[in-house]
Amino acid sequence: MNAGKLLSYIILAIVVIAFVVSIALKGFLVTVGAFLTLFIFSFLYKDNPYYKFAEHLFVGASAAYWMSMGFWKTMVPNLFGKLYPPMVAWAVPALKNNPAQPLMLIPLVLGILLLMRLSSKAGWISRWALAFIVGTTAGLNLVRYLRSDFIQQINNTVFSLYVTNASGFDLGATISNVIIFGGVICGLIYFFFSKEHKGAFGAGARTGIIVLMITFGASFGYTVMARISLLVGRMQFLFGDWLGMIR
Amino acid sequence: MKDRLKLVVFLTVIAFIIQATVAFAQSEGETADSVISEQPVTPPPKPVIVSGEDIPNDNGHKLKLNWEYPAEWNDSIVRFEIYRADSPDGDFRRLGEAAGGIFSYLDIGSKKKDDPNYMPNDQNLYYRVDAVSKSGVTVQSEIGGPFQTSGQWFHKGKVPVLIGVVLFAIFTIYFIRSARKGKDLYIRPLAGIEAVDEAIGRATEMGKPILYVLGIGGASDIATIASFTILGRVAKKVAEYQTALTVPCYDPIVMSVAQDVVRSAYLEAGRPDQYSDDLVFFVTNAQFAYVAGINGIMVRDLPATNFYLGYFAAESLILAETGNSIGAIQIAGTDQITQIPFFVVACDYTLIGEELYAASAYLGRDPLLLGALKAEDWGKAIAMVLIIVGVLATAFGWDAFREFLRVNL
Repeated sequence: MNAGKLLSYIILAIVVIAFVVSIALKGFLVTVGAFLTLFIFSFLYKDNPYYKFAEHLFVGASAAYWMSMGFWKTMVPNLFGKLYPPMVAWAVPALKNNPAQPLMLIPLVLGILLLMRLSSKAGWISRWALAFIVGTTAGLNLVRYLRSDFIQQINNTVFSLYVTNASGFDLGATISNVIIFGGVICGLIYFFFSKEHKGAFGAGARTGIIVLMITFGASFGYTVMARISLLVGRMQFLFGDWLGMIR
Repeated sequence: MKDRLKLVVFLTVIAFIIQATVAFAQSEGETADSVISEQPVTPPPKPVIVSGEDIPNDNGHKLKLNWEYPAEWNDSIVRFEIYRADSPDGDFRRLGEAAGGIFSYLDIGSKKKDDPNYMPNDQNLYYRVDAVSKSGVTVQSEIGGPFQTSGQWFHKGKVPVLIGVVLFAIFTIYFIRSARKGKDLYIRPLAGIEAVDEAIGRATEMGKPILYVLGIGGASDIATIASFTILGRVAKKVAEYQTALTVPCYDPIVMSVAQDVVRSAYLEAGRPDQYSDDLVFFVTNAQFAYVAGINGIMVRDLPATNFYLGYFAAESLILAETGNSIGAIQIAGTDQITQIPFFVVACDYTLIGEELYAASAYLGRDPLLLGALKAEDWGKAIAMVLIIVGVLATAFGWDAFREFLRVNL
């Protein structure tokens, strides 16, 4: 037995002992949560068997969980429960007296069409259902995006570049409006794809990408702060719930 | 001794007299107070129903009721209770309440006749508003009405959206037809897409696989749809170079579409025998479990090139950092503004927002995509013109222009 293998066994023994002691002191659920957290954190060092164990457990359990949720929270109440409520009365008694909705036959048929891809001969039929899903959503989104991301955005950018308040000229608000106006115009220029970015147009595009990068920098810092709060939550679990060092 | 006794008796009598006097005075005061509290409380005035406005641009069944109330009584009123009936002497049904100080109520009725809250269109409706004071006194208003609601076929507040859709459709159809006729529609080069061939070549030279991540969007997300086109192009090159490709999926429907895309690409490249459904596989539907799975794939398979193209959320930095740590060349793109910064810092090339859609058109050279992209550019030009004109109009005090661009929901 080489030294590396021996070290691995020693570490495994320590982990097992710590796990057993922790269960005795803190209970099963807290211990499992804490150890899985540590296993996932161990990826920061490098890939290792403990991370692999946590990863496979996480992936397998979550896939099974979402499949189960998909059946009990979507198919049972939204499909079977609406097609023929008495069928699911034993599982969801609240639906028992609801009227049947024959229109739900359409999603049922689409769902069956999607499953046809399991057949090597009739797999092409599944494309009809996919086309329906993608096409419907794209059509609905066109109007939604045009309203919220286009017209409403234009409306929000139409403002006075010379701002006054009760005491007269408002320098801060004026500068802010000028920056927003210039930033939006230059940003739009950057996203022109059918014209080469040369000359004055190119200068506008370069200004646009600078504006975008400054925006991304601010967004980066803001989001990192939010992520730190997630880390704090895990630390509170480890040092509070598990080790009891934080009261 | 007797004198002392007399003194004690005397003081006791005096003390008794004083106590009796005080007690009598107190009882007199309490009686006076109780007399005050028993005096009748001035009832609050009646609310006066002023109007019932039909909400415009809807299917009816919605009415805004307005009433007036003396301002000096605002502090004394806890709430107003709103009732509706079909006739002045009908059965008034309680609809809801408004807090004191609020003098309007939006009555959203049901259009279903069997619903207790059914509110018919084009029929007389009568309302009553009860003011409830802090002391619990309730005062009913006179019956207000008749008011009516009506439905409209056309939502006038969405005219700008209609104009936008029509214009965009015209541009798109025109440019698609132009592209189909063979007109050369120029698209400027995108650094991230120019690097695709280089990235695939690198993986081939190194004998390592290529990892293509479609993100956590559904098959109907625009970013995912754009990513499918790029995946087709990447898969075709991969098939030509006989490099390994791995496409782990978050969504089962995305997986189905991706399998079709990759299969078609292999067929197009003349290598159908090399395609296997195992190239494109489902991992899990849980966001961070999906990330953990992909991270595992990265550190074990050590892909030379990673593509992250599609819809991404909080997992973007975890994926990009892991890819960076294994030395893979990384090309990313998403339309999620909050995730782009993470890709910018951790990836070699990033397609920012709409560049992802442009990339699919640039690679595919499909007239449909090229036409749509060209139409988008025209849309942007119109947006710029509208903004500039709008700012000038506002500067000259012509607010009607801005009002025209307001979308009323």
